[in-house]
Amino acid sequence: MNEHGPRVGFFTDTSVCIGCKACEVACKEWNGVPEDGLDFRATSYDNTGMLGANSWRHVAFVEQARPVPSGDGGGSGVRWLMSSDVCKHCTRAACLDVCPTGALFRSEFGTVVVQADVCNGCGYCVPACPFGVIDQRKDDGRAWKCTFCYDRLGAGLEPACAQACPTDSIQFGPLDELRARAARRVSRLQEQGTAEARLYGHDQGDGVGGAGAFFLLLDDPEVYGLPPDPVVTTRDLAGMWRAAAAAALSLAAGVAAVFAGSRR
Amino acid sequence: MGRGGATTFQQDLRNSDCIVIMGSNMAECHPVGFQWVMEAKQRGAKVIHIDPRFTRTSAVADVHVPVRAGSDIVFLGAVVNHILANGREFREYVEAYTNASAIIDPGFRDTEDLDGLFSGWDPDRRIYDTATWQYEGLDVLPAAAHAEGAAVGEAHGQGSSLHGGRPPSVDPTLQHPRCVFQLLRRHFARYTPERVEEVCGVPRDMFLEVAEALCANSGRERTSAFCYAVGWTQHSVGVQYIRTAAIIQLLLGNVGRPGGGILALRGHASIQGSTDIPTLYNILPGYLSMPHAGGGAQTLAGYVERTSAPGGFWGHSDSYIVSLLKAWWGPAATAGNDFCFDYLPRITGDHSTYQTALDMADGKVAGFFVIGENPAVGSANGKLHRQALAKLDWLVVRDFCEIETASFWYDAPEIETGELRTQEIATEVFFLPAATHTEKDGSFTNTQRLLQWHHAAVEPEGDCRSDLWFYFHLGRVIRDKLAASPLERDRPVLDLTWDYPTSGPRAEPDAEAVLREINGWGPDGAALSSYTELRADGSTACGCWIYCGCFAQENNQTARRRPGQDQHWVAPEWGWAWPANRRILYNRASADPQGRPWSERKRYVWWDGDQGRWSGFDVPDFKVDMAPDYVPPDGATAEDALRGDEPFVMQADGRGWLFVPNGLVDGPLPVHYEPHESPCANPLYAQQANPARQRPRHRHNPFNPASEGRGEARAFPYVMTTYRLTEHHTAGGMSRTVAYLSELQPEMFCEVSPELAAERQLVHGGWATIVSTRTAIEARVMVTRRVAPLRVGGRIVHQVGLPYHWGQRGLSTGDSANDLFPVALDPNVHIQEVKAATCDIRPGRRPRGPALVALVEDYRRRAGEAPDPGADGGRA
Repeated sequence: MNEHGPRVGFFTDTSVCIGCKACEVACKEWNGVPEDGLDFRATSYDNTGMLGANSWRHVAFVEQARPVPSGDGGGSGVRWLMSSDVCKHCTRAACLDVCPTGALFRSEFGTVVVQADVCNGCGYCVPACPFGVIDQRKDDGRAWKCTFCYDRLGAGLEPACAQACPTDSIQFGPLDELRARAARRVSRLQEQGTAEARLYGHDQGDGVGGAGAFFLLLDDPEVYGLPPDPVVTTRDLAGMWRAAAAAALSLAAGVAAVFAGSRR
Repeated sequence: MGRGGATTFQQDLRNSDCIVIMGSNMAECHPVGFQWVMEAKQRGAKVIHIDPRFTRTSAVADVHVPVRAGSDIVFLGAVVNHILANGREFREYVEAYTNASAIIDPGFRDTEDLDGLFSGWDPDRRIYDTATWQYEGLDVLPAAAHAEGAAVGEAHGQGSSLHGGRPPSVDPTLQHPRCVFQLLRRHFARYTPERVEEVCGVPRDMFLEVAEALCANSGRERTSAFCYAVGWTQHSVGVQYIRTAAIIQLLLGNVGRPGGGILALRGHASIQGSTDIPTLYNILPGYLSMPHAGGGAQTLAGYVERTSAPGGFWGHSDSYIVSLLKAWWGPAATAGNDFCFDYLPRITGDHSTYQTALDMADGKVAGFFVIGENPAVGSANGKLHRQALAKLDWLVVRDFCEIETASFWYDAPEIETGELRTQEIATEVFFLPAATHTEKDGSFTNTQRLLQWHHAAVEPEGDCRSDLWFYFHLGRVIRDKLAASPLERDRPVLDLTWDYPTSGPRAEPDAEAVLREINGWGPDGAALSSYTELRADGSTACGCWIYCGCFAQENNQTARRRPGQDQHWVAPEWGWAWPANRRILYNRASADPQGRPWSERKRYVWWDGDQGRWSGFDVPDFKVDMAPDYVPPDGATAEDALRGDEPFVMQADGRGWLFVPNGLVDGPLPVHYEPHESPCANPLYAQQANPARQRPRHRHNPFNPASEGRGEARAFPYVMTTYRLTEHHTAGGMSRTVAYLSELQPEMFCEVSPELAAERQLVHGGWATIVSTRTAIEARVMVTRRVAPLRVGGRIVHQVGLPYHWGQRGLSTGDSANDLFPVALDPNVHIQEVKAATCDIRPGRRPRGPALVALVEDYRRRAGEAPDPGADGGRA
């Protein structure tokens, strides 16, 4: 893929997210994603709920009670975390592995894209995703998710969500640069006293080989609805196939032995 | 300070060392501009959010201070006191650039002396005579002239110094007991941290942290900025909230300097523009006042005498008004006929939006145009407005879709309750579909006085038309119908210059031709470059003097879009800002009296002695070649009457006003008054609420009891406040019809603390009914710690948060929060108090039909307050 240029990614710095949801709207406007239901969820300001076939960006709102610090007078006993979630565009993408039609493919930008005109709606990719991102649309059965604005990348533009983000919480660029920038940002925040700042999805040694969309979080991943230790669901697939093949061979040998024996 | 606009621009916030956001939820309501707050924070600035609720702004601020809605002047006043008591003012700035040294009339009595009133109060007419508020020894206009304006609650949006001049008596040492500085000390002495704790519910330590942050981040090397929006203005004492911030910023030396100032955040596109070229009844373009019918301004000379000042740029008001008259009436306007000054309408009284609604409800108004507004949802006391609309002969609504104001006659809440019956409403409603901004050429004037041009991208569909098309052709048709009229009264219409070129199949008028007329032209017909070129002899024409220069060199300056990264940080070639493309107002104050930057770090505009002119990053807000040591000779006028070290060029004395001798109708200094409806007694003064506030008594405008001391106030024990969400646009006409926005906030909800939820058995995610004497509405319940109960005066005060976007139409529907609020107004600008009032809240959905009316009637009986059926719309 590298003959087309460096792999690109998203670095979402949740410490500057203001929860405006411009990313959600820009994504839907650009990609023509349908409305996802007018449901009042009473989960803080989040009425989207989760990523799905009709929501490719999802801003989580987490209200936390915090002890009021004494002495300096600051703080009001509340912390309100916001984070815009998206498809992780994994280095080792299970959805890609299980897709029987080739509708899912790794693009020349290193992103993972579904081709709607190829998808046959088998749905294998849905349980394969360790993040619960990809989803089938109820009315047509096909699988949909963030395309990383494949059409915009091809035209030299950044994805719609990153373009719309007013505070640069969603940053787009070559993944290597973003990783370096994120490392600087997290250490600066820690120096300034935000000890809880940490990166999520940046580590190429993790269970998905590192995400193309990674995050700076201010709390544990579970708090934001992210799996703490995601593992590509096809990790054991080769071993399983080997085991299955061995079992099949043993079975065949056994059957053969039975028949061989019966001739006697 | 003298101009009706933000003193700074949003991009400049990045230079701030401390940003106080108060009366604004900037991250939610101005998310794009908020990027510069975040940039400042990343550079190390301290961001402080002071607000009744913990919002998305608080979430990224360094400090959030929860405050009781309606108590801001106590907090801000205590900051003033903290500065003065601890000697934290920027002394050189205060001495040189403010009116701190001016000595005030010996007859002046403060609220300290009169327990909450200033001298001059007339309890029968409920207005002040401002004669004793003046500079000592300065000739002032007769009291009658002031009363003429004050009687209808007039205040000029700009140029508060239309009269007066340099104070004849000053004490440069600031020691004289009647000098402004000492009056200020005495006035604010009772605004202590203890009072803040008692009245605002803010712990002392938290207050001191904010006060110290402001002081530590002000001075030669550092600057602090204030951002506010309607959380400050929408109070019965709203103008004085902003005044208190102005006093802080002047004392700390933060006006006219980078990273400083007061940023008035406007609520939506071109709200700034709609006061510059006003949709208001009492001002003309460029904040020139509208002449009164009964006053002495019946001739042009009389008007000019009353609107011009001996010093500063209001010294040229004759040039501004004559050029405006020439723009409107062209060749018909001659020196011989006072340039058609008689053609201007004369005000006969209060014709502000709420008074008009009250008059309408009493059958005194025949027809009504509603454009870009949805009063049935967006104005306080929606029931009053809907009842008023039902009394019209005809109503024209121009909008993108059929909003509640257009559909009231068949689906208003009052139809359901039986208070209105469709078959009995005689109003003929004309709904005219409007083009959006992407379908027409034109300009926005936004928050920071910035004019930005937009080009039509597509033709409007169907019958949709631009506003310009509508007014131009309406005017054309009216003129055609009157063409043969011999009547003198029709001359103002027939003599208008109404000749804009049109093009295309729909005969769309040329928007740039209108902008060019606003910019103005000289004797040779060429576009002018600056308002300093305007003349009073009829040789120049200009539709709005402060906009003069927006079409300089025959180029549409507002259409400039040179990217920020291709120019220096002030980005003067991005759009065009009034006045004269200045981005920071009074920027002469960024240099010391000798013209040198106060510090290297905060250099902005300075005197270049070699060139003999002011230089810097911005257009100097000063006569460009006036040396810092200039002293006006005897007989000098206008800007030449100011010294070279007096930066506030719109004021007659060139100074920033800590004390306002005239221009305000409710006091020369800010005073804490409780909101019109409050659960608390005023602990600072005997005077409970702003005595000059407007509180029209009308059968459709009943009030909740004012304080716990009166009647059965416990019927309405809670404070309610309204606000906006990022996901919706004001009264919803532009967002409740859009699926992508409606799904993000699909229902009306209320925000309450866990403690209040327990007290009233409210269930998270369930329903609540919120009640006032106006009506009751229902909302889904959001129980959240972001709304904290506050300990005020020894007891707990609960606040109920109410977004006001909903109405009965669109994809996302719900009850309207504004229906709960009374019409109680700030007397200076007639703005409604919807940021603080009282209510009750109970679990479950509201009753339907007549049972809703019965519920509210029951509350009224219990509260001891009943509608006054005999009231006629007059003011109590």
